[in-house]
Amino acid sequence: MKRRKFDMAAAPGNSARAIDDRFQVATPLRRLLNKVFPDHWSFLLGEIALFSFVVLLLTGVFLTFFFEPTMTEVIYNGSYAPLRGTPMSAAYASSLDISFDVRGGLIMRQMHHWSALLFMAAIVVHMLRIFFTGAFRKPRETNWIIGSLLFWVGFLAGFTGYSLPDDGLSGTGLRIASAIMLSIPVIGSWLTSSIFDGEFPGTIIISRFFIAHVLLIPALLVALISVHLGLVFKQKHTQWPGPGRTNGNVVGERMFPRYAIKQGGFFMVVFGVIALMGGLFQINPIWLFGPYEAWVVSAASQPDWYVMFLDGSTRLMPDWQIDIPIGDGYVIPPLFWPTVVLPGILVMLSLFYPFMEARYLKDYRSHNLLQRPRDVPFRTALGAMAVTFYLILTLTGANDVIADKFHISLNAMTWAGRIGLLILPPLAYYVTYRICLGLQQHDREVLAHGVETGIIKRLPDGRFVEVHQPLSAPDEHGHTELEYAGWVVPKKMNRLGALGPAIRGFFYPIEKPAEAPVSPGHPPVEPRPEREEIGSGETRR
Amino acid sequence: MSTQTGQSTRPGQEPIDVNDPQVSRFDIVREGARRDDIEIVHYEHQVAPGSKAERRLVRTVAGFFLLTGLAATAFLVIYIWWPWEYQPGRGGDKLFTPLLGVTLGVALLGIGFGILTWGKKLLPKEVSIQDRHEGAVSTEDRTITGQTMLYMADELGVRRRPLLGMSLLAGLVPVGAVAAAPLVGGLISDPHKNNQMMTTGFSPQEGQKIRLVREDGRPIRPADISAGGQITVFPGVEHGVSNRYADSPTLLIHLRDADAEDSRRNNEREGHGGYMWGNYAAFSKICTHAGCPASLYEQQTNRLLCPCHQSQFLITDNAKPIFGPASRRLPQLPIEVDAEGYFVAKSDYTEPVGPDFWERP
Repeated sequence: MKRRKFDMAAAPGNSARAIDDRFQVATPLRRLLNKVFPDHWSFLLGEIALFSFVVLLLTGVFLTFFFEPTMTEVIYNGSYAPLRGTPMSAAYASSLDISFDVRGGLIMRQMHHWSALLFMAAIVVHMLRIFFTGAFRKPRETNWIIGSLLFWVGFLAGFTGYSLPDDGLSGTGLRIASAIMLSIPVIGSWLTSSIFDGEFPGTIIISRFFIAHVLLIPALLVALISVHLGLVFKQKHTQWPGPGRTNGNVVGERMFPRYAIKQGGFFMVVFGVIALMGGLFQINPIWLFGPYEAWVVSAASQPDWYVMFLDGSTRLMPDWQIDIPIGDGYVIPPLFWPTVVLPGILVMLSLFYPFMEARYLKDYRSHNLLQRPRDVPFRTALGAMAVTFYLILTLTGANDVIADKFHISLNAMTWAGRIGLLILPPLAYYVTYRICLGLQQHDREVLAHGVETGIIKRLPDGRFVEVHQPLSAPDEHGHTELEYAGWVVPKKMNRLGALGPAIRGFFYPIEKPAEAPVSPGHPPVEPRPEREEIGSGETRR
Repeated sequence: MSTQTGQSTRPGQEPIDVNDPQVSRFDIVREGARRDDIEIVHYEHQVAPGSKAERRLVRTVAGFFLLTGLAATAFLVIYIWWPWEYQPGRGGDKLFTPLLGVTLGVALLGIGFGILTWGKKLLPKEVSIQDRHEGAVSTEDRTITGQTMLYMADELGVRRRPLLGMSLLAGLVPVGAVAAAPLVGGLISDPHKNNQMMTTGFSPQEGQKIRLVREDGRPIRPADISAGGQITVFPGVEHGVSNRYADSPTLLIHLRDADAEDSRRNNEREGHGGYMWGNYAAFSKICTHAGCPASLYEQQTNRLLCPCHQSQFLITDNAKPIFGPASRRLPQLPIEVDAEGYFVAKSDYTEPVGPDFWERP
């Protein structure tokens, strides 16, 4: 019998062949490797959310190994001396143990909390990017809806998560949540009683929140995120207008290797920043709040930032109680409007916005090119209005702290919020609209007359005028006007490659003139062979 | 290798023979891309191979990776040997978490920036154009798929055999209800069981009036509170000072003479005469707005502020809301002093305590 020799060099090829024989992956794999992605910094915002979600899963799994989701009363006997001997729930005691008695537990807890905040922040900023650039338009309405839902599911994930430690602060939040559910007409008391299994707080809510927080909601998030990414992949990314870019193509880089490598590096950077924050910045120091006791609260009890707008709306709501005089009488408490109706309206508005806008504009075509916010003033202004509304509510969520720190009357803060909520959003709409129009006009001006050079010329009759550099060579009529292409108009001379070369290098100059900045996706502008610095007679090579 | 493609390489060009040994690997890559309707229109090395710039970049990337190794090792060393157990006061243990954060962060950022530099600076820059192929699905295809699905319905014959559809529906609806029943049935809980929404720990047990006790469980004599002072009291029952009686915490206030006079007069007006004992009045601490403890008592103005949403209640006027989102006054607990000289609740609260709800009478 002859021993077969093993050919090391042929092994990869052979195994690749063996795999393809069985699974026929060569063609789809090539397609995947080749898929083209457009590149722009603002396309990375959603990825911050994705990456912080991965960190959330990693740190969250760690925390479940040590957290005890029960409300059984125990006497604390851990390392943190000030609370020793205090009766508390097992949930709070085990959260303290994670912070003090599990080696490295505190950094995991803090990383988990920071990445949750970052997750929500990235979702919001990503959503704003999508909104202001019109990326939600047909064919991407579904993904806009999924994205909006992701915010609210993330909101739930965050709320159930920070309620789990059962500390003084989160217990107060839970108390308010129960009051919110209680305020719903007709079914309120039944709903609350069913969720808490009796009167607040009961003995089971932490266990129920736990399973929602570690299984149901993450499963929903994973499902939504998967569909979200799948659709981005299937529908291909939107792109900014620019040279060679049309509604029917994608201009960018192939996914592998450069694009994928950049993604991987970016993930590591996000992860690293979360680790730094988790280690250096204290967050939610539950040991200072003590266990939840129904009769204890301190001033400046604020929820996590993404919940603060609801806190704010609750504070601004006037005491309008609706009494229904039937039988023994029924009540709709004022709490119902800012905490149930308002979020309901916000959800609906965001879900249906793409369809409302399409209907309003009678625009039912597919759009793969983004719009600059200035080019759609009404949408940009609407967005500014919404952001203003949200910011006022969020700030109002902290109005007691603001009143305290700046020595303002608390009641004045509330009234300022009430009035501001009505006046400022429309004002923001108007101002934004005007700014958009102004920016549009300036773009057209530069396209028509050229870039301001900063050079003042004196005319023979004594007038002074500024010299403009036209953007194109004059045609047969001597006109240099250009069409607006939906993309950045160069407005400074150094955007045109003028002026002297910028000197690069930190300690010593690198002897190569800097390239003129270009938008990604078209070849760099070749510098002129010899360039002179304006102003000095000395020529630099 | 810098390739600038011009018109000569647009699609429509003859496909190359990928097995031809003359063909470079890049040409094969470009051919593959073209088969996916991708045109690599610009492909350019950012640094010349073997140049000084390339060597510098390689050193930078290597530096980042080595920094990662260093920081990660430091993380492990700190994790294992640093005194991490909590000690009261200042101590090295307070640095444990920050040090872990810094080393872990630097390690991860090292990989991140290393990879980013590698990808962004060392790899060739390219511009590729891929067709989107939207609307590539022909209307014919749509027709075929639609007809196929309709044909499936034909095959099932639901139209011709309506009984099948009806009976299936009649079968499925109860099955769906079966799926929901255990969830609803298991979770549902009557909010009015034992009249729990209307009663608190102060409701008299077996004819015995309930004492007001402090947080440590001791009963209270009138002399324990000075004029203008207030104290949080609890029902003197088992577990009265715990979250099991989350709706029972009460604020016992010793009003000054003039305020007490006002308070008594306003009480009479509301039919709450005799709820106070002397200059002492007791109000529920649970805010009628969202259930937070309304605990900031301003002695000068007799206002009680809830720190959650800034509702303000005027204690001397039946604790009625005077600012903020609360719409209902804080319920008042009728109190008196028993034979032994301790405060007791005359009866339970006469209004529901805590946040408002639909069927509140």
